[in-house]
Amino acid sequence: MSKKTDSNSYTMIFAIGMVLVVGSLLAFLASSLKPNISENKRIEKQQNILYAMGVNENDESSAIFVSTSVAEQEFQKYIKKQLVIEGDNFSEDDKAYMIDVKKEKSKAKNGGTRKLPLFVGEKDGKTFYIAPIRGKGLWDAIWGYVAMDENMIVQGAYFDHKGETPGLGANIKYRFFMDDFKGEHLLDASGNFKGIRVAKGNNDPKNDEKTDYEVDAIAGATITGDGVSAMIKSDLKLYVDYFKTLKQ
Amino acid sequence: MGLLSKKDAKLITDPLTDNNPITIQVLGICSALAITAELKASIVMSVSVLFVLGLGNVVISLMRNIIPSKIRIIVQLIVVATLVIIVDLVLKAFAYELSKTLSVFVGLIITNCIIMGRFEAFALGNGPWKSFLDGVGNSLGYAVILIIVGFFRELLGSGTLLGIQVLGDPIEKTGLYAFGYENNGFMLLSPMALIVVGLIIWVQRSRNQALIEEN
Repeated sequence: MSKKTDSNSYTMIFAIGMVLVVGSLLAFLASSLKPNISENKRIEKQQNILYAMGVNENDESSAIFVSTSVAEQEFQKYIKKQLVIEGDNFSEDDKAYMIDVKKEKSKAKNGGTRKLPLFVGEKDGKTFYIAPIRGKGLWDAIWGYVAMDENMIVQGAYFDHKGETPGLGANIKYRFFMDDFKGEHLLDASGNFKGIRVAKGNNDPKNDEKTDYEVDAIAGATITGDGVSAMIKSDLKLYVDYFKTLKQ
Repeated sequence: MGLLSKKDAKLITDPLTDNNPITIQVLGICSALAITAELKASIVMSVSVLFVLGLGNVVISLMRNIIPSKIRIIVQLIVVATLVIIVDLVLKAFAYELSKTLSVFVGLIITNCIIMGRFEAFALGNGPWKSFLDGVGNSLGYAVILIIVGFFRELLGSGTLLGIQVLGDPIEKTGLYAFGYENNGFMLLSPMALIVVGLIIWVQRSRNQALIEEN
């Protein structure tokens, strides 16, 4: 017995119809929700930057941002300057936080000059320099913001990821990992850039040693950890020249 | 239970025990291995699957008479993917925090073989209400195993439950760690999830001999 749903023409028509319906439904949803989504992303960036410089609502163990409703005000209040570094020049731009690090990275790869955003924040009389970093984890992109003082000593860090394994690589956005970076040095005694390595078998699990250029890795997240080391090394290195000008 | 007939109730209770999707049908193993290093991730994944499978089963069941049999697998895949993407978009727009937590799971839900398996085996041949119950039952069966595995992997692997240190502090050497106990890092790796699932299957089959296949 042949059903009408078995015929080739019915199958074709069904397939075309389904693609049209599903395609337009998703396209409609995506474009109508786009303003909301990009606004959420913008506020998240502000929250991330503030988090790195220590403006957050952290309780004892978990990482909590300032609430979305006050993020904009807090950002205006704490971030004094937003710099864009292009080669040897730097200029101020109050939309620097919207610079797409991913695009700038691929621009640099194709021989262009990369725009490097740097945010200068002030809290309790202390100045923070916050730089965005971006790299690859195990499955997808990882990124973060690192707050430093003028000697490139890390004052705070925030990491995030697109699709690392929950419970393993995804743990880079937990306090126990991010807080380990506080106080770590990026430069050696003579001012050369060393970076911070996410190290397995670290002899210093309590992280008392701040000049070993290492933090303790997460078990089961080797590749994500290596990705964090790599993005710190490649991206923060680009700021060394700027930090030298601060000393002059 | 007045709400469900005996037959309908069986649709929910069967997958919890004698027809469990993971331990008996051996579906959804991939996600059971991937995300059970932490109890919280297991719970989030279970709730997401409950939602998608319940809804997807109903949609497929409503469409069951018009889906051309030659391309039914593709149609099923499109239905799951569409549902998941819609949920993801809406969450991104209105509950951004929640969507950040879930975003990692989106890919895992679409490729979860329990979902395709239930569409194919049940929703294509049954009415919407029954399909809904089947979806709920199977995702609960999935949830039970995920949560058991997640519980043991997090407890033995990290010494925590839902992120709270229940065995003491491994670095400060308090609690159990003061007596020389160490976390078993092996438990955090995926193969150990397979072993835990294997142990569950062993326990289940030794309690119910009827589940053992004859060779």
